[in-house]
Amino acid sequence: MNVELLHIHKQFGAVRANDDVSITFAPGAIHGLLGENGAGKSTLMKILSGFQPPDAGEILLDGTAAITTPPAQAIARGVGMLHQDPLDFPPLRVAENFQLGLHPQFLLTPARARRELREIAARFDFDLDPDAPVARLSVGERQQLEIARLLARGARVLILDEPTTGISASQKTKLFAALTRLAQDGMTIIFVSHKLADVQTLCDRVTVLRRGQVAGEMQKPLNDQQLVQMMFGKALTALRKPVMTLGENILELENIAIDDQRLSLSGVSLAVRAGEVIGLAGLEGSGQRPFLRVAAGLDAPRAGSVRLAGKAMTRQSYLEFRAQGVAYLPAARLEEGLVAGLSLAEHFILADKARGVFIDANAAHADAARGIAVFQIRGAPATRVENLSGGNQQRALLALLPRSLKLLLMEHPTRGLDVESTAWVWERLLERRAHGTAIVFASSDLDEILERSDRILVFSGGNVTRALTTSETSVAQLGELIGGRSL
Amino acid sequence: MKWDTYKTRAIELALNLAPLALALVFTTALLIATGAPPFEAYTRIVEGAFGSVSKFSDVLIAVVPLLLCAAGLLITFTAGQWNIGIEGQIIAGAIATTWFARAFDLPPLIYLPLLFFAGALAGALWATLAGMLKVYGKVHEIFGGLGLNFIASGIVLYLIFGPWKQPGIASMSGTEFFRKSAWLPTLGEFEISPLALAVALLALALVYFSLRSTRWGLELKAVGKNLRAAYWLGIPTNRRLLGAFALCGACAGIAGATQALGVYHRLLPAISSGYGYLAILVVLLTGFRAVWILPVAIFFAAVVKGSLQLPLAMQLDSSLGGVLQGALVLAVLLFQGVRARWSK
Repeated sequence: MNVELLHIHKQFGAVRANDDVSITFAPGAIHGLLGENGAGKSTLMKILSGFQPPDAGEILLDGTAAITTPPAQAIARGVGMLHQDPLDFPPLRVAENFQLGLHPQFLLTPARARRELREIAARFDFDLDPDAPVARLSVGERQQLEIARLLARGARVLILDEPTTGISASQKTKLFAALTRLAQDGMTIIFVSHKLADVQTLCDRVTVLRRGQVAGEMQKPLNDQQLVQMMFGKALTALRKPVMTLGENILELENIAIDDQRLSLSGVSLAVRAGEVIGLAGLEGSGQRPFLRVAAGLDAPRAGSVRLAGKAMTRQSYLEFRAQGVAYLPAARLEEGLVAGLSLAEHFILADKARGVFIDANAAHADAARGIAVFQIRGAPATRVENLSGGNQQRALLALLPRSLKLLLMEHPTRGLDVESTAWVWERLLERRAHGTAIVFASSDLDEILERSDRILVFSGGNVTRALTTSETSVAQLGELIGGRSL
Repeated sequence: MKWDTYKTRAIELALNLAPLALALVFTTALLIATGAPPFEAYTRIVEGAFGSVSKFSDVLIAVVPLLLCAAGLLITFTAGQWNIGIEGQIIAGAIATTWFARAFDLPPLIYLPLLFFAGALAGALWATLAGMLKVYGKVHEIFGGLGLNFIASGIVLYLIFGPWKQPGIASMSGTEFFRKSAWLPTLGEFEISPLALAVALLALALVYFSLRSTRWGLELKAVGKNLRAAYWLGIPTNRRLLGAFALCGACAGIAGATQALGVYHRLLPAISSGYGYLAILVVLLTGFRAVWILPVAIFFAAVVKGSLQLPLAMQLDSSLGGVLQGALVLAVLLFQGVRARWSK
């Protein structure tokens, strides 16, 4: 089926997720959709698969305008989407799952469904036991089940959102073979990814999105360098930073292995010295968050050792890490850092461990007023934190950090802040660094990573590079590493 | 004051009184439907509760466990926990107190404090069990508490019909009476024990003050509102949760002790009399505000004791009081929901 997206617009608040996007997806080919986090890929595909309507624009299926919301309507018209986290029902068995929504009559026809499942599985060499509980399947197998279900429901357009994250190499080979065959049979395959290598192997044609707009298109043969440039915009120039004299090793990670829901990292080693800034680059969800949580003591690693200033800390609790001068700045401010319903003053009381049993309301008020002034928070001591703007919540989190720190770990420290606030936040952070605090931060902003860090770790789908010295690393190199190429 | 402030205050007051009106309308409709004169029924309840000093002293007897349990529940609610297991904690306290009363006879000055202490300790331990199931076993406290309630009731029955049965007969009427030195002293001809009432008021005052003015209270509030953020701020969240359960259990255990020592002078199957569940309603009705606990507890106790007059005087079932209480709490919660929607 020929799919045309014409002048699609979609806006969330002030963010233009899709800004006049027009793409044609031809049948019989695998079409790659490439772009950074927040480039607008997912929004566009959710519009096509009926999860949300566009603000403006048209969807043409084989030349006729079609409305695809809700998703049931999309699949009825032949548009099926395989989500990054499969939308299946883990408590059910494979065959039951397969039947859902398949033959919409009152009585189920399990024998027929099983036969269809077996046929599809045999055709694509999928390894699906109809009686296995879905909860016990691997991500790859759940994908196979979902693809089989979409095909049985008559999908002629198949959208795959980051399908190669978290599956094994052999499952990937099977997936690619199946997609190639489906394309040969005349299906339209849309392959959403940020992995250059996968896009290279599989796709006949690629469209790159950047900041909600089409940044460019390319036919086979695909050129890595040009794709990277389209993804990240024009080449950036790395700033020269004043050289800091680095102190002793503060954080030493050795052969760390971490299991997160979909990812597993292993064999990660890193030593961070006092006064050093390490940037964690990579698309979101590539393992930076579990890495930071292990370094903060919030999660225990599956294997490997953690040392803080020479002290063995593996499997100690976060409270122990805190006592050793480690702080962690979470990305989800109101979920993980601030207590909605409590005032700024109350937060200052809670953060100040030195005080006694009873609360001195006047002293607490004065403390809070001082913190508010120093950190230029727009709010009063009695203001509840949920009524602060995002930027002011971030300032509040920074104000609540203990005064002297050995190690500061941060997730997206300046996300959602304007340019001025970002500069201000980094000024505060660099002050700490000048006092010998080691800083490790994750950011999806490559400029920020290049500008602020001494060394960079690149995360890509569970792989972590060794620490690269920023001054010796080019933007193009970083882009390729983020896209899953090895050095 | 400006006219506008008067207006907002009037609306505020109306919104506060509306649930009471709604509950009364509902109960009245129920009475009319069953053919009973509503006005007489309400008069009987009021007279049954406040008609004489001795009747009011009976109301105060019910106020004691309500206050103790409500004080404890304020702690667990602040920590964000639904301590449904409070009934079992009352029973655990009563069992331990009974054991101590049967096993020892000491000079009064240390006997009563130790009897109370035994109850508090057992209640705290029983509650900590629910807390540990929650914190370490990931068992939701409502389910854990409910299970522990059944177990506690089972133990009481076993004790009454087994090791602690009255000589010769085992019956639902409970164990033998305690020796007189283990009875709480009463005031003149009335049955209320001033000591029990003082302990209950003291517990409520302590909880009120601690939640309001101590760092521990604020930490508990943070834990209840956002566990992850509280942990981020360096609060030992597991310890706070377990502590909240233990303290609530201790209050409930003391309530169990007063029931055994001051009201029944023995252990019997219905020793908790459902005061734990009723205290949950009391706390919900006050919107978790400690200052309202005392009046609401007196109101609830008055309805409980006053409605006992219904079967005697009007051949109505005393469960009408329960209907009124339940309807009132539902109406209050309903109006809170309506308000939250309005103010959006």
